[in-house]
Amino acid sequence: MKRIIVCVKPVPDPKHWDQVSMDPITQILRREGIPTIMNPLDRHALEEALKIKETQGTEVVLLSMAPPFATSILREGLARGADWAVLLSDPAFAGSDTLATAHILAAGFQWIGEPELVFCGNSSIDGSTAHIPSQLAEFLDLPNVMHVVGLDWLDENHMIITQKIERGHTKLKASPPILLSVRKELNKPRYIPFTGIMAAESKEIKVLSHANLGLDHTLIGLEGSPTKMAGLEIRRFERERERLEGSLEEIVQSLVDKIQLYGII
Amino acid sequence: MDFRFSEKEDLLRKSVREFAENEIPTKIEAMEETGEFPTELLEPMGKLGITGVITPPEYGGVGLGYVARTIVLEELGRVCAAMPMAMQVHHMACANINDYGTDAQRGKYLPPLAKGETMGCVAVTDPTGGSDVVGMKTTAELKGDKYVLNGRKCFITNSHTSDFWVVIAKTEEGAKGLSAFIVDKDTPGARVGRKENKFGLRGANTGELVFDDCEVPRENLLGQEGGGLAVAIKTISETGRTGMAAVGLGILTAVYEEACKFASERTLYGKPISSLQAIQFYLAEIFSQLEICRLLCYRASWLRDQNMRCDNEAALAKYYTCEAAANAAKKAIEIHGAYGIMREYRIQRLLRDAMVTIPSGGTAEIAKVVLARAALAPFKTKS
Repeated sequence: MKRIIVCVKPVPDPKHWDQVSMDPITQILRREGIPTIMNPLDRHALEEALKIKETQGTEVVLLSMAPPFATSILREGLARGADWAVLLSDPAFAGSDTLATAHILAAGFQWIGEPELVFCGNSSIDGSTAHIPSQLAEFLDLPNVMHVVGLDWLDENHMIITQKIERGHTKLKASPPILLSVRKELNKPRYIPFTGIMAAESKEIKVLSHANLGLDHTLIGLEGSPTKMAGLEIRRFERERERLEGSLEEIVQSLVDKIQLYGII
Repeated sequence: MDFRFSEKEDLLRKSVREFAENEIPTKIEAMEETGEFPTELLEPMGKLGITGVITPPEYGGVGLGYVARTIVLEELGRVCAAMPMAMQVHHMACANINDYGTDAQRGKYLPPLAKGETMGCVAVTDPTGGSDVVGMKTTAELKGDKYVLNGRKCFITNSHTSDFWVVIAKTEEGAKGLSAFIVDKDTPGARVGRKENKFGLRGANTGELVFDDCEVPRENLLGQEGGGLAVAIKTISETGRTGMAAVGLGILTAVYEEACKFASERTLYGKPISSLQAIQFYLAEIFSQLEICRLLCYRASWLRDQNMRCDNEAALAKYYTCEAAANAAKKAIEIHGAYGIMREYRIQRLLRDAMVTIPSGGTAEIAKVVLARAALAPFKTKS
């Protein structure tokens, strides 16, 4: 196998989600000052690619569509062991929904060259639509298996995929080329080795713009995004509170009733 | 002057933070209970590069230097300070052998140390006192092609987990009569003595080493005979004090985070106590100390990386940061109120750990002697 492409996405660090707020007028999330991390499931996707690289010597390429700050998570992926990275970044891509994003990523694939294997995280922790892998597979004309929790290679061209389904697992036999979207049960991502950090300094991150990809502008950005957000609200989860009113006897009786009602004693 | 960390250093911090937050917390309870270092973490720390962070690549390390080491120790200390305490002493052994060892000694000892396959420590302190190095009683007498060691070392970090010890002993009287030796733990006549029961930094074991007609091969002499004082002083003042400072910095970082978190979550009078000015003053003091100590610690390490003299700066960083960590932990306990003295709350451990850093690697008073010397140097008269 010559090449694996791993799709990675920068997302706000969930440890700081309590700091995310919403602009009440534009309904856009305010993320200023919140650190960005690599989408956690993408780390599992990368880990699986790196395991194959270790046994088969396959080239591992990272691909991301994001603003320029995403180079930091790509550098992290390179430090973990990927060989080089491509960042698709252009103001024209802003506002892309999952369909437009999949068009842009597919163009990135064309630029890199056809891979034998593609790994994606099953979903991202911010949008969590889980659309991209299937859309991308469709555009690349690749079979797609989602919810991958196990991958056993029979030989260099045949694998047994364990897929999590609602009440159990299925096992599928498959051959590259294929796009697999993975869940966290698949593996334990490696830590970033210090030697990898040093090696990553000289690895290439190729930044491509709209002009490099030559996509029809009707397919990208807001114009290429059929998804229209009707509204966005922050759901708050709080303890239910009730003030008991009346005389002392009534309050106590009411309390006893509730204790019995909820089966506390 | 650029005070920013590089992208590489940011990644290094991220790497260690991820490791520390995932691997260490489950070990803390056992460390607190038993006082044992979790040796099972040595291998993964070796794989990552923690154990060999200052060891050159040709000897199996990653050779990232002292600023990188401070990042590593700070991040470990942010989760549990016993870990960087053990590591910083391990690094002292690495630095000793790298700086003073022969090619054969480097080739034999450094690669397993760097990979976390073995652990090391440095033993200077005698029961007669650590600060009075020249007054030590442990002796090494050359007999044929062996040195015979007799005496006792105490308060030695990693004493019971190390595979070998760098031991300073007296080959003659006087400052030029000290020599350094690499003593394998299985050498006949060498044994570990009492393991101390400290109230802080519990997971970094501290204990005695005993030498009773212990015959050490002549090739285990580290550096020149009579050069032991330089070995001890250089290691303690550069690697040891920058390391201890980083341990204190890790504790201080944790104190700052715990204090802010608690103050933001604890509600009194219908709002978080962080909105009360009395609490804000405490938080401002803790934050200020953290920012000051960061500058001190990284400056000392940066100087070491430039191969510039850093003994005064390292003494200042160590003395100031360890004191600041203890003072900040006390303030953070006050912010916690009664919760602060409960064992379930982490903040009490941070105070205990910070207190133990103060006499370690040279007392605060010894650091002040060094600093007073530096302060007075420009005003020294010839008389």
